[in-house]
Amino acid sequence: MGGVEGYMYPNEINLYWSVLIVVYPYVTGLVAGAFILASLVRIFNVKEVAPTYRLALLTALAFLIVAPLPLLLHLGHPERCFEMYFTPHDTSAMAMFGYVYIWYLMAVLLFEIWLDFRHDIILTARSSKGLKRAFYVLLSLGSNNTSEHSLAVDERAGWIVTLIGIPSAFLLHGYVGFIFGSIKANPWWSSPLMPVVFIFSAMVSGIALVLLVYMFTTRARHREIDMPCVDTIARYLLYIFIIDFVMEMLDLVHRIYVADESFRSINFMVHTKLYFSQIVLQIYIGTLVPLILLGIVQVTRLSPSLRKAIYALSAALIEIAVVSMRWNVVIGGQLFSKSFLGYTTYKIGLITHEGLFMAVFLTLLPLAFLWVLVKILPPWPELKRGMNRVASVTMP
Amino acid sequence: MKNFRDSEHLLRFAFLFAMVLALFLIVRHFVVPKSFGEYGHYRGAAIGETAARPIHFAGQSACATCHTDIAATKQAGMHAGVHCEACHGPLAKHAADPASVQPPKLDTAVLCVRCHAASAAKPKNFPQVAAAEHSGGLVCETCHHPHSPAIQSEGAK
Ligand code: HEC
Ligand code: HEC
Ligand code: HEC
Ligand code: HEC
Repeated sequence: MGGVEGYMYPNEINLYWSVLIVVYPYVTGLVAGAFILASLVRIFNVKEVAPTYRLALLTALAFLIVAPLPLLLHLGHPERCFEMYFTPHDTSAMAMFGYVYIWYLMAVLLFEIWLDFRHDIILTARSSKGLKRAFYVLLSLGSNNTSEHSLAVDERAGWIVTLIGIPSAFLLHGYVGFIFGSIKANPWWSSPLMPVVFIFSAMVSGIALVLLVYMFTTRARHREIDMPCVDTIARYLLYIFIIDFVMEMLDLVHRIYVADESFRSINFMVHTKLYFSQIVLQIYIGTLVPLILLGIVQVTRLSPSLRKAIYALSAALIEIAVVSMRWNVVIGGQLFSKSFLGYTTYKIGLITHEGLFMAVFLTLLPLAFLWVLVKILPPWPELKRGMNRVASVTMP
Repeated sequence: MKNFRDSEHLLRFAFLFAMVLALFLIVRHFVVPKSFGEYGHYRGAAIGETAARPIHFAGQSACATCHTDIAATKQAGMHAGVHCEACHGPLAKHAADPASVQPPKLDTAVLCVRCHAASAAKPKNFPQVAAAEHSGGLVCETCHHPHSPAIQSEGAK
């Protein structure tokens, strides 16, 4: 049989979870990560990061809208997805997740964005006419109060929402790790560290993404990149990335030390089929290189332009690391037989509905959504008209 | 009062939230079948609907009332445990009215390998053959009698 070495059970020969299931945790991870970055400003009072606050929220929203699409496309009957909401099975983690998703979308992300932009929305509505005005009035839900006190209420409510949002973001992404971690039939997945590793890698990928988006959009708008801001983001990125790396290594060391009956199989895979994506891409290029680069910035004094280049490069490499980590988990977990006697091959389609093009399209689609969102609700720090939470940003 | 006027917009969002929830509940009310959950996590009425469907299989004992000889042959051979309709397909209509409903002819080239094609996933002691090599392109029936498949006599080849 094509692509099979050794002995596979018949149901293991073809992979059921395709590249779209790789895209899915990657995209949800970006949502959670971007939101955590936003919470740095709100809850943890890291003022330097404030210029990315709104951008991070919109990024999270754009990616959250796309997050279910890979799952739906993967299903044979996507129209049945509503049954999960209408008649959920209370013992199914997947069914419960549908509610976590809606909760996160409605109660956390939309609400927080609405609170933060309400003032701008009202001002835009007042200063425009016709359809545009109607649209913004609709967005404001008819509220027209911009008194100091009402803005303070927004601020307070936003703080509470973010506070609730942090565990929600962890839940949103921890769940993905939970699903994999609780598949006890698969030794590559079944590990209580899985949710933890997923959350930390999610934070890393989301923060790196917002960093990239911020640097890119600022460039594109011919503005100065706020160095204290990117320096701080890079520092947090480094810290969280170290934790993430340590967690993943802990998982690895634990596997090597325990060396249970699956170890020979997994070890073989990591040295053959997964060598490039796991060792080369994920660990060397995607993790060690950015860790060293970001570390160098911490201990030396480099010029701003060099630092910016390093940040952009590191962030891009980190995205590669996280995508390959998702790949190694999802695809890697299906390449070996539960009999530990054989291996199969994943043949990725190109233009099938679960193929490579679709995966790339779905990963880029959120950026298109982000572009639209940014047009509707400009998040740029210099436009922040409401209460000037950001001391370092002065009005133009 | 002033306090309320300044946080009234929060209620607007809460209202939106409540509207979505209400819409969800209304749609749910209409799309979830009435008998859902009656016995368990499924549509209760499905049981009645399934029970009302016509029966397609007559069962081996029904066949044996008329085809006594074949039933006896089969019972003595290696296919004793394989019921008539596992090969012949559902024949309740034929059993009820043999004169007007003729069972379809079977093609042994397809039928037998369905169970006997060699596969590593089958238990070792189950008789299985690599059909193409084993039969040399002939249909299985040339050498094996379907109702008593084991080859004992020398004349069988
Ligand atoms: C009521 C008696 C009766 C029952 C019960 C019955 N059959 Fe028949 N069957 C017949 C008769 C009579 C014929 C011959 C019809 C003809 O040749 O026109 C026949 C023909 C057949 C044939 C076709 C023979 C040929 O020469 O093509 C098959 C196959 C068959 N029966 C299988 C079954 C199976 C399997 C069952 C059980 C589900 C069954 N029969 C139940 C009476 C019965
Ligand atoms: C292992 C599969 C298999 C089983 C089990 C089986 N048959 Fe057959 N049967 C065949 C095949 C193959 C033929 C020959 C092709 C044809 O006539 O359609 C056949 C032919 C027949 C025929 C017509 C030819 C003949 O030999 O008289 C009858 C009647 C028949 N079967 C009845 C039965 C009855 C009754 C049973 C259950 C007691 C039964 N069969 C079980 C495979 C099977
Ligand atoms: C529904 C599945 C099924 C179909 C279809 C079927 N068989 Fe069988 N066959 C069996 C089973 C079960 C046995 C008994 C195995 C045992 O007891 O170990 C068996 C036994 C046999 C044996 C005896 C092997 C031995 O050890 O001597 C032969 C030969 C055989 N079948 C040939 C055939 C042929 C030829 C056909 C097509 C007409 C056929 N079978 C169709 C299930 C099937
Ligand atoms: C040319 C005659 C011939 C044909 C055609 C033929 N067989 Fe056989 N088959 C035999 C003989 C002879 C044996 C007994 C050989 C033995 O016991 O080693 C046998 C044995 C078997 C066995 C038992 C094997 C075992 O391990 O006990 C099965 C199952 C079987 N045949 C299935 C089939 C099937 C299915 C077909 C049709 C695809 C088929 N045969 C076609 C001659 C034939």
